[in-house]
Amino acid sequence: MPYSELLVRPMREELTSAGVKELRTPEEVDAFMNEKSGTAMLVVNSVCGCAAGMARPGVRQALEGDRRPDRVASVFAGQDLEATARARSYIPDIPPSSPSVAFFKDGELVYFMPRHRIEGRDANSVARDLTQVFAEHCAVPAS
Amino acid sequence: MGTFHQNKGELHGITVVVDTTGPEIVVGRCDDMDERGIFLHEADVHRDGEGGRSKEEYVRRVAQLGFWKKHDHLMIPREKIASVRRLGEI
Repeated sequence: MPYSELLVRPMREELTSAGVKELRTPEEVDAFMNEKSGTAMLVVNSVCGCAAGMARPGVRQALEGDRRPDRVASVFAGQDLEATARARSYIPDIPPSSPSVAFFKDGELVYFMPRHRIEGRDANSVARDLTQVFAEHCAVPAS
Repeated sequence: MGTFHQNKGELHGITVVVDTTGPEIVVGRCDDMDERGIFLHEADVHRDGEGGRSKEEYVRRVAQLGFWKKHDHLMIPREKIASVRRLGEI
């Protein structure tokens, strides 16, 4: 059962204020996923403080670096059910996990951070892993 | 920011691997652990050799990308627990 929107709104804004586009409908997910060129990161947001409380600041911190994906979006598991289900349909071989982070290059999944790689870690550690992925796959910004 | 549950044990919310004294190995999100045993949410159970995979082969596989839950809730009695590990540390 979804939580109150009052409770969830700050958790949405923690990502959207960092430039993450929130996808609330299956159609928005399709539009995001159907753009195949370049790099894209999809964050599966979650209410759970045990892991999502570290995932969101970790994502924010990683996005402050020199290299970042061309496009970054999120869906909210347990809240926007249809959008989350549609997002998961694009990675059918990956067991559902929230929070989690999927990274695509030219439409292909090249990295996945499941919940158990976030739990018990701090935001710096999550950001460090994501920064490494950005360094490997994202273009150097033009100076 | 998020929902926290301070009255639970240190493994609350953590995905753990529970090896049993029998052929089963269980992966799930720990709710709590006490003198009765361990209580898991969204758990999967693997039997040694199932699908041609030993317990350790199964654990290595789920450590990479995760696992598909077979049970919403599962309780493993203390006397059947051989070890408890964090999946994220494997």
